[in-house]
Amino acid sequence: MKYFNYHSAKDSKEASKLASSSSAFLAGGMTTIPSMKLGLATYKDLIDIKNIKKLSGIKVSGKSVTIGAATKHVEVSNSKDVKKAIPSLSSLAEGIGDPQVRNRGTIGGSIANNDPSADYPSACIALNATIHTNERKIEAAKFFKGMFETALKKGELIEAIEFQIPEKSSYQKHPNPASRYAIVGVYVAKHKGDVNVAVTGAKSCVYNDKEMSKALLGNFSSSSIDGMDLDSSEMNSDMHASADFRASLVVTQAKKAVDAC
Amino acid sequence: MASLVGSRVERKEDKRFLTGKGRYTADINLANQTYAIFVRSPHARASIKKLNIDKALKSSGVVSILTGKEIADDKIGGLIAGWAIRSEDGTEMKCPGNPPLAKDNVNFVGDPVAVVIAESLAEAKEAAEKVEVDYKVLKAVTSTADAMNGDTIHEGIDKNLCFDWLLGDRQKVKEAFDKADKVISIDIINNRLIPNAMEPRACVADYNAASEEITLYTTSQNPHLSRLIMSAFGNVAPEHKLRVVAPDVGGGFGSKINVYNEDIVCSWAAKKINRAIKWVAERSESFLTDIHGRDHVTHAELAVTKDGKFLGFKNETIANLGAYARVFGTVTPTYLFGPCATGVYEIPAAYTNVKAVYTNTAPVDAYRGAGRPEATYTIERLVEKASMELGIDKTELRIKNFPTAFPFKQTLVHTVDSGDYVAGMEKAKQMADYKGFEARRKESEAKGKLRGIGVTSYFEACGIAPSAAVMSLGCGVGLWESAEVRFNPTGQVTVYTGSHSHGQSHQTTFAQIAADELGVPIENIDIVHGDTDKGTFGMGTYGSRSLAVGGIAIVNACKKIVEKGKRVTAKMLEANPEDVEFKDGEFIVSKSNKKKTIGEVAFACYLPGVRDEMKSPLPEGDEPGLKETSFYDPSNFSFPAGTHIAEVEIDPETGHVKLEKYTACDDFGRIINPMVVEGQVHGGLAQGIGQALYENAEYDETGQLMTGSYMDYTMPRADNFPEFNIGYTCTHATTNPLGVKGCGEAGAIAAPPTVMNAVIDALGGQEVTMPATAEKVWKACKNLKKSNAKAA
Repeated sequence: MKYFNYHSAKDSKEASKLASSSSAFLAGGMTTIPSMKLGLATYKDLIDIKNIKKLSGIKVSGKSVTIGAATKHVEVSNSKDVKKAIPSLSSLAEGIGDPQVRNRGTIGGSIANNDPSADYPSACIALNATIHTNERKIEAAKFFKGMFETALKKGELIEAIEFQIPEKSSYQKHPNPASRYAIVGVYVAKHKGDVNVAVTGAKSCVYNDKEMSKALLGNFSSSSIDGMDLDSSEMNSDMHASADFRASLVVTQAKKAVDAC
Repeated sequence: MASLVGSRVERKEDKRFLTGKGRYTADINLANQTYAIFVRSPHARASIKKLNIDKALKSSGVVSILTGKEIADDKIGGLIAGWAIRSEDGTEMKCPGNPPLAKDNVNFVGDPVAVVIAESLAEAKEAAEKVEVDYKVLKAVTSTADAMNGDTIHEGIDKNLCFDWLLGDRQKVKEAFDKADKVISIDIINNRLIPNAMEPRACVADYNAASEEITLYTTSQNPHLSRLIMSAFGNVAPEHKLRVVAPDVGGGFGSKINVYNEDIVCSWAAKKINRAIKWVAERSESFLTDIHGRDHVTHAELAVTKDGKFLGFKNETIANLGAYARVFGTVTPTYLFGPCATGVYEIPAAYTNVKAVYTNTAPVDAYRGAGRPEATYTIERLVEKASMELGIDKTELRIKNFPTAFPFKQTLVHTVDSGDYVAGMEKAKQMADYKGFEARRKESEAKGKLRGIGVTSYFEACGIAPSAAVMSLGCGVGLWESAEVRFNPTGQVTVYTGSHSHGQSHQTTFAQIAADELGVPIENIDIVHGDTDKGTFGMGTYGSRSLAVGGIAIVNACKKIVEKGKRVTAKMLEANPEDVEFKDGEFIVSKSNKKKTIGEVAFACYLPGVRDEMKSPLPEGDEPGLKETSFYDPSNFSFPAGTHIAEVEIDPETGHVKLEKYTACDDFGRIINPMVVEGQVHGGLAQGIGQALYENAEYDETGQLMTGSYMDYTMPRADNFPEFNIGYTCTHATTNPLGVKGCGEAGAIAAPPTVMNAVIDALGGQEVTMPATAEKVWKACKNLKKSNAKAA
């Protein structure tokens, strides 16, 4: 039996105060709990942040969509405001995991975990997101550091994610047939004077593909990236997809995304 | 009274399942029960140098820890192979011992070495982590194809070879091949599958020290057989002191035929500690230790004339048994496989040779279809290839080689009593709009997609297993079935069957049969199964046998009831028994038109005396009561057959295979409940399509299961499938009174070759192994593009 202390924090301040080197914040628990059950992670304290009201909810302004960290995937996918402002973000949320996961998992949890195959990190990169924590604001481009690694410091708690509303955007994923995580997911967003091609699943961490971004900035058409031969040397390779297949999928999913914009 | 057989009667069991009132093994909790956790080998092959339980014994809540030593000291027997197979050279098969808890050697990841029994599940888990096992890790053998070249796993079993079996005539085949215009050959891998029943295995064992009885609740497809095996071979308790109950069981697909280590260990240990023990598998244990299915490597050849007549067939297969030979492990790749190897065709000369090998992987045993999917996959892939190489339409080539008359005596073993394969093919083509395919292919092409169509004509041998037939093949065990039909004095009926329902809807379909036979409302009929204390011995449910064998036993027992009813009616109404007719629940004396209902007759049978009257309604020689038993041993297998057609569309950029259309046209003989049959067809198709496109059990070279969870093992989901287009032709089986054949495995048998034939058709004939994953197909598409460019 893995024993741990369970705390339910009433606000960010309390949550942060309870945090230690052997604690974890608990939101949906979609990764934390299975990891603990499998013995891959052990914590002395679990600090539940679901009951912090301030962390849930969706706000839409003229330029951005701000989603509270403890907002569930199902709330994002069902939100009429999100659907109207950034339809691709709503459909991304709709395609995460399965109904059980979508009804418990949260956007903050997904981003803090930074699974190399998770969907949300690509949205953060593509939509020039700002990660609001209890201590500071972090640009998405500086937030995702590596496999399961972020810029968050111990005890630092994500409060909200602010997405810039693009001119057009689309997220296309080639799912792992078993887990339905992204083998490759590509989030293309066209902003005024800028194009982001955020790729998840392909490498150890989400990244913005500069080569494709540049090509699309010149001509926002799938023909401008068609046949692009990406370097596969840093791509993941596993029983579900080799590095070469992933490299090819990045281009095909990006093309699909551009066509769907 | 309208006949219930043939109508869509709603399932009687659904009320309890849909309202959460099902009672599965894990729902059973006994007073003062303990919890078991099994300590399992993390290595595929190792010898146990030392096993230390001292620390674990001191862990809180531990009641007992038992190991392979104690089980050997108590002379508890091991797990067994149920069928003896003889090699081509006349030698008997070689089977290693398989103790319920390993004592000296472990042979696959998950092989149990100890059981920890504690007051709570959490305490059992904690203590299990403290059991120290010192292993000497040995080189594992994991590849089916190379198993014979690997280290010897079991002492005394050379080349890891259990048997080298032949069915057919090599000389005749050689002669046929010498005359052939062309030989089509193919190399095939039938991928390994994990059954994944929705309900994981579980057992609860109880011991009554006063009566010295063990009761085992377990997730079994055949509780009577389990008891027999545990008693006769496991030495757990004599049969009369062992009760096995298989309550509601959530799916089996063959994986719950076997008696498992946990059943034996918990039953034995419950007596030892004189307390009840509960064990429920975690999903990861199911992946590792449930029997797996398929896993064949095959080379096959078909000799043909240039106009497409089949002359000869050979099949050389290596079948992986896993670490040990289990109950149906040896019969699945032999008698369930070989006789079906030539499919639905007249092929004058044929043989099947199977080398069954041991590897350091989970035991392989019967999984939905068991042997027949492997046989059908080989012949149907080969026929499809022949159609490509000969340039003859795939449906025409098949029709050309179908039998023209029934009974159809096959080259290898079976005499197929009934069928009409041409009618099935024609109807399937119509349902699938076969003619319109070319236009649809062009439409796909215009979108940059590749479209393919695949056909399979199959037959299978169901209703295992007629004693006479299997004994003539050299097997010592026939599989009959029993039924007992009991009338209550007030007219309701309880039917006890030796079959077991774990999703098959017996409570409904068997009641439909009995209602028609007895003229009793279906509401007044209960079906009882799954408890060795209730009903006589039975063989259980697998091999599409419940209806074709178990159902007939019910019919025969009902007929005996009616015969007695006629005699009683005759006595009561002062007529000759020959003049009494039975119809719609009434016994009618034809001459006088006087009648008695079956309820009145039942009442009279139980309460024969009428006050102040001297005479009894019971004829001389008839005993009171109304209860009849039948043991039915079929005269032959039953032979469902059909043609399936699939259409796929492939995106060459991503390798994604979309199953666009799936048509199944089956001949199951008489259908008892079309709704239930549709469910069976859908389920079988889901598993068959799953094998073709998604599922694969993969071990690495050290014997670790790489696909040990749903993160990596692709279970198909509803959105992977199109709406299935299902239809039937019907020829009644002539070998049983209902004319039924069996439907449970058809989908799993026919779908893999149907889908793969479509995929390979779309890929211009390029071979792809199952499952046809996106990457494999993407690579094939790239090759196709290259070769097309070259040709241009």
